[in-house]
Amino acid sequence: MYVAVKGGETAIAHSLDLLADRRRGDRDIPEVTLEQIDAQLSLAVDRVMTEGSCYDRALAALAVKQARGDLFEAVFLLRAYRTTLPRFGHSRPIDTSRMVAERRISSTFKDIPGGQVLGPTFDYTHRLLDFSLMADGERPIAPTAPVDAAQELPRVGDILEREGMLEPPPPADSGAPTQDITRDPLAFPASRAVRLQNLARGDEGFLLALGYSTQRGYGNNHPFVGEVRYGSVPVAFVPEELGFAIEIAEIDVTECDMVNQFAGSHEVPPQFTRGYGLAFGHSERKAMSMALVDRALRAEELSEVVTSPAQDEEFVLAHSDSVEASGFVQHLKLPHYVDFQSELVVVRTLREEVEARRAKDASLSALGQAAE
Amino acid sequence: MPDTIADQGRDEGAYNYAYLDEQTKRMIRRAILKAVAVPGYQVPFGGREMPLPYGWGTGGIQITASIIGRDDTLKVIDQGADDTTNAVSIRRFFAKVAGVATTTRTEEATVIQTRHRVPETPLREGQILVFQVPIPEPLRMLEPRETETRTLHALSEYGVMQVSLYESIARHGRISKAYNYPVLVNGRYIMSPSPIPKFDNPKLDRNPALQLYGAGREKRIYAVPPHTPVKSLDFDDHPFEIERWTQCCDLCGSTESFLDEMIVDDEGTRRFICSDTDYCQERQEAQRLEAQSQKGERQ
Repeated sequence: MYVAVKGGETAIAHSLDLLADRRRGDRDIPEVTLEQIDAQLSLAVDRVMTEGSCYDRALAALAVKQARGDLFEAVFLLRAYRTTLPRFGHSRPIDTSRMVAERRISSTFKDIPGGQVLGPTFDYTHRLLDFSLMADGERPIAPTAPVDAAQELPRVGDILEREGMLEPPPPADSGAPTQDITRDPLAFPASRAVRLQNLARGDEGFLLALGYSTQRGYGNNHPFVGEVRYGSVPVAFVPEELGFAIEIAEIDVTECDMVNQFAGSHEVPPQFTRGYGLAFGHSERKAMSMALVDRALRAEELSEVVTSPAQDEEFVLAHSDSVEASGFVQHLKLPHYVDFQSELVVVRTLREEVEARRAKDASLSALGQAAE
Repeated sequence: MPDTIADQGRDEGAYNYAYLDEQTKRMIRRAILKAVAVPGYQVPFGGREMPLPYGWGTGGIQITASIIGRDDTLKVIDQGADDTTNAVSIRRFFAKVAGVATTTRTEEATVIQTRHRVPETPLREGQILVFQVPIPEPLRMLEPRETETRTLHALSEYGVMQVSLYESIARHGRISKAYNYPVLVNGRYIMSPSPIPKFDNPKLDRNPALQLYGAGREKRIYAVPPHTPVKSLDFDDHPFEIERWTQCCDLCGSTESFLDEMIVDDEGTRRFICSDTDYCQERQEAQRLEAQSQKGERQ
């Protein structure tokens, strides 16, 4: 009789076996390899690295495979691994003007130093299912222009800034070491560095919706894409025992500089302001959404009235993390019999009281009628 | 892709004792000490991602991982029961990463991690009760902003909570809060006892065991040191009261314990059974022994 909650241990073991079995699927079909996921589902890998805050293509591919393609779950797997890694220190800030860009566009100027480079993009594809992908067969290798790795690509923002049209980048937080949100709890009000860290690992869908909401009037900040660029940048690190920087890696990033209208204030004449987005790999939607939300969150700093969700620091930063959100929403599946039982007892008591009151009222009014 | 995962030496054996690295444990222990020093105050801590999802008890797991030693005996309950799936899963986790002894017996345990219940068996000095907390801020549903609620705590500005309880009386004739019933700790901080039924609130008061509360997603730790007064909020004319059942436990006959209700057939027939499985089994065992000895005496 009393078996409903018994046998949890065996049930879990069987559930894990079943999950592993379903992950593998039909045994007649070859198992997908990490190399295939990395190469052919590379944008999934990019997203998992970005929101998992861990640049490791192999591990991200493993996470995607283990999670059966559920990217939220993959992000969680990578995060839970990342958090166990020891910290050697911080790399030097990457310099994206030294990027070897595969793609770089500006929507504010027709031509820019270094040129517009379309690169691989879905933007001008016609969204027609390509049935040729259903068939096997090699595909031709796309020709590319030779890359000039030595060429610096000045950022459009820097050019505007020299003219005074665009605010200088907000100063880094005064000398104090930058807080690390993976080590220290979030506190409000948050510095911009903390906000950007939070947004960088924030859920793409959440940031997309918030960014979109600013465009529809909930905290509009009149954005233009100053520049979106994607390519590889070197990462430098200063080992304590050497005292000078050495390059330790090359990573692919997508960067978005959003240029936004600003009316000016008593001290500052009208000029443009910035919103910034950065993501690992090729993730333009993420970088752009992040830039929109970053700018929206600067409302208070720029003396704008905070009226909309995207401008509300506590609302945005406390709800952006998909690992936290997914866990807490889904924990409702855990047993709550005790809480529910307490509620049952309370609601039953309240109902009995209402019934008793009604019965009393009814008998009183019956008495009244009889007396008339 | 240069290496396979195995080549890079990343395997399960690479994890530290009790999963968390020693630096992280030290940071969490510092937060715990601060929490014990200021009973009921929510101490922010650098919560880590755990290999279990947020909402599954990551705060409690981080506390347990930071305090558990090789000589400890761990008990894990969820909804009062040792054999609910999440309790099984967390117990398995610690048996795996810390190799500690586990038990289902409240008396044997040195560390008890719990979700939503306080054991019926009274705790003693030296035991530690670790609560899993979803929302540590008792004022959160009245004031969503952290900046505001921290100020309210700092100033002991708790009128908003009293008003909400009063509104409940005005609307329903009684305080309708059934679980996560707010308490005042040591006469200073209002605290969320985590979603335990209010039935368990009196057990928190002056309990000889140390109570630690961990909220992983919200990154807060708070504590009630042994023998600390914990008062459930109420009014003079509406004193705090706990749930009562007209039934007793179907298995052990207890009239003192928190009862879970089960629907056992399509007609909606109910059975009531102790939510605390260990308490219930101990009682059944005692009854069985007593019956045996009576039988022996008669013979």
